[in-house]
Amino acid sequence: MTTNDLINHKGEVTRRNFLYITTSVVGVAGVAAAAWPVIDQLNPSDDVLALSSIEVDMSPIPLGHTITVLWRGKPIFIRHRTPEEIAKSVADNTAPMIDPAPDSTRAQKAEWLVQIGICTHLGCVPPDYHGGVPTEVEYNGWLCPCHGSYYDTAGRIRFGPAPRNLDLAPYKYLSDAVVKIG
Amino acid sequence: MASHKYEPKNKAVKWFEDRLPILGLLHASVGPGYGTPRNLNYWWNFGSLAGFMLVMQIITGIVLVMHYTPDTSLAFLSIEHLMRDVNYGWLFRYAHSIGASMFFVVVYIHILRGVYFGSYKSPREVMWWLGLVIYLLMMATGFMGYVLPWGQMSYWGATVITNLFGAFNFFQGMGNGILHLLWGGFSVGNPTLQRFFSLHYLLPFIIVGVVILHIWALHIPRSNNPLGIDAKGPGDKIPFHPYYTAKDAFGLSFFIVIFAIFVFYLPNILGNPENYVPANIILTPPDVEPEWYFLPFYAILKSMPSKLFGVLTMFASILIFFVLPWLDVSKVRSAKFRPATAFFFWLFVINGLFLGFLGTVLPTKILIHVGGGVTALTLGRIATFYYFAYFLIILPWVSRKEKTRPVPASIAQSVLDARKEA
Ligand code: HEM
Ligand code: FES
Repeated sequence: MTTNDLINHKGEVTRRNFLYITTSVVGVAGVAAAAWPVIDQLNPSDDVLALSSIEVDMSPIPLGHTITVLWRGKPIFIRHRTPEEIAKSVADNTAPMIDPAPDSTRAQKAEWLVQIGICTHLGCVPPDYHGGVPTEVEYNGWLCPCHGSYYDTAGRIRFGPAPRNLDLAPYKYLSDAVVKIG
Repeated sequence: MASHKYEPKNKAVKWFEDRLPILGLLHASVGPGYGTPRNLNYWWNFGSLAGFMLVMQIITGIVLVMHYTPDTSLAFLSIEHLMRDVNYGWLFRYAHSIGASMFFVVVYIHILRGVYFGSYKSPREVMWWLGLVIYLLMMATGFMGYVLPWGQMSYWGATVITNLFGAFNFFQGMGNGILHLLWGGFSVGNPTLQRFFSLHYLLPFIIVGVVILHIWALHIPRSNNPLGIDAKGPGDKIPFHPYYTAKDAFGLSFFIVIFAIFVFYLPNILGNPENYVPANIILTPPDVEPEWYFLPFYAILKSMPSKLFGVLTMFASILIFFVLPWLDVSKVRSAKFRPATAFFFWLFVINGLFLGFLGTVLPTKILIHVGGGVTALTLGRIATFYYFAYFLIILPWVSRKEKTRPVPASIAQSVLDARKEA
C-alpha cells in the first residue's frame, strides 16, 4: 500500500483512512491539552487569590472625608458622607445618567460609601474633588485625570467615556462601623 | 548590469559554499548579485536604518538585562543603579530608550515611503503585510519595554493599555477574565512585570525572523523605485553592492550623528519626567499619556464616545493598512504621477501629526476660541474622520477617477530625459 491508495479508493472508508483520522483527532486533543497549562499559568496564582479579604474599622473617618485602603492591589475608597451630600445625591436620582442607579443602591448604610477606586474606563485612580471643581461641569465627586470621566458624590458616572459607575466593593458589616471587604 | 551568479575562486571557500551556500545567499541578497533599480533616492535608506536600529536595540537590551531586575520591589532601583553606578550604564540605557524612539521614527518614514510610492501594490502585498506584522510586534515590544523601569508612567501606561482589552466584555465576566489573565492578578503587579520582561526579551528575536521573511518576499519582485515602474532591462539596474551599500552607509553616518545628539545631549527630551518617580499604585499622575509614537492612536481612542467603540476604532486604524493594496486600485504606483493622490497623502501625514498632538491634551480642553469654543474632542473626531476617509473614501474614489501624468517608458529613459532637460 502507498499513500496513493487514498486517492484510488475515493469515497471508500479504508482501514488507513480510519487510522489517519483517529490519529489526527488524538493528536489535536493532545496539543489542546498541552496548550491549556501554558495559558492557565498566566492566571492569578494561589497566593494572589489567597489575599482576598480585609477588615476595616471606619469609625475614625471624620464626616465628609474619604480614606483609601488597599484590597487585592486595588484602591478602595471609603467615604463618610454628609447629610447634605446624601440629600443632593437622592435629589439627583432622576437626572439623566450614563449608568442610572438610585442612591439607595450605592450603599448599604447611606453614610458609608465603599467603592473600588478605579475608573471604569481604563483603570486610572480618580482623585477626590468633593471640595472644589477644576472645570465648568459640577458633580463634586471624583474626576479621572486620564480621559476626563466625572463621577458624582455617590460614585455614579455623569460625564465622560467611562461606561459604568464606580464598582462597589463586596463588603459586609461586622459591627456598626467595621466592614469586611472581600 | 544584470545580476550574476556567485562563483568563488578560492578553493576552500568553494568547498564551504558547496556544503552551505550562505555566501551565495548574501551575494544575491545584499551583494553584487542583487540587481537594484538605479534611481533609488534617500527614502530607500530607511529599510536598512530600521535593520540597524533593530540590531542596536538587541545589543543594548542584552547589556541592560545584565543589570536589570524584573521585580516590582527592585526594578526601579536596579535602573537607578544602572544609571549611577554601572560603568557606562547611562549610555546603554539612553541608547536603548532613545533607540526605541529612533526605531519608530525610521519605521514611520519607511511605511509612509511605501504609501507614497505605492510599494504596497501588486506584486508586493505579502511583503507589505510582513512589514505591518513587524510594526505590530514593535508596538508590543516598545509598550512592554516602557513598563520595565516601573516608574509612574510605566505603571499607569500599562494599566490604561491593558484595560483596553477589558472592553471585550461580551458576556458577564469576560472582560475581567481577560484582564486577570493578562495581569496574573487583580491589577498590574509583579506577575505582570515578570511576563512583560520575558516577552520584551523574546519579541525582538521574533521580529528578526519576520524581517528575514520580509526581505525574502522583497527579493521576489525586487525593490520598487520612485517612478513606481518595473525595472526591466539591464540599463535600469545597478548591483546593490557597491552602489547601495555605499549610499546606505552614507545615510547611516548622518543618522548616527542625529542619534548621538539625542543620546548625549537630549537623552530625556522624548521621555516623560514622571517616569523618574517610582510606580505608586494609588496615585494616578495628572497627565497619563503613552510614548510619543503611540499618540495618534491614543487620540483616536479618546475621540470615540464609548469604550468598546473607541478600542475597536483604534485597532481598526492600524489594521486598515493591511487592506490598503485593495483600496487603491490605480494602475500607476508612484504618487509622483498622481497629483491628487499626492495632495491627499500629505494631508494624511499632517492629519496624523495633528492627531499626535491631540493625544497629549484632555478632550474637554478648548483649542479654538470662536463661538462657544471648539474642544479637542471635536477636532479629534474630525481628524479621526479624515484618517478613515483617506482609506475608505478618498483612495478608492481618487484612484478610479484621477487622470495620472504620463509615466516614463523605463527607468533608463527617465534618466536620459532628465539629462536632456538639464
Ligand atoms: C524591537 C526592539 C526593542 C525595542 C523597540 C525596545 C524598547 C524598549 C523601551 C521603549 C524601553 C523603555 C526604556 C526606558 O524608558 O527606560 C525598554 C527597556 C528595556 N529593554 Fe528594550 N527594546 C527592544 C529590544 C530589547 C531587547 C532585545 C532586550 C533584551 C535582550 C531589551 C531589554 C530591555 C530592558 C532590560 C529594559 C529595561 C531598562 C530600561 O528601562 O531602560 N530590549 N525597551
Ligand atoms: S481611565 Fe478614567 S477616564 Fe479613562
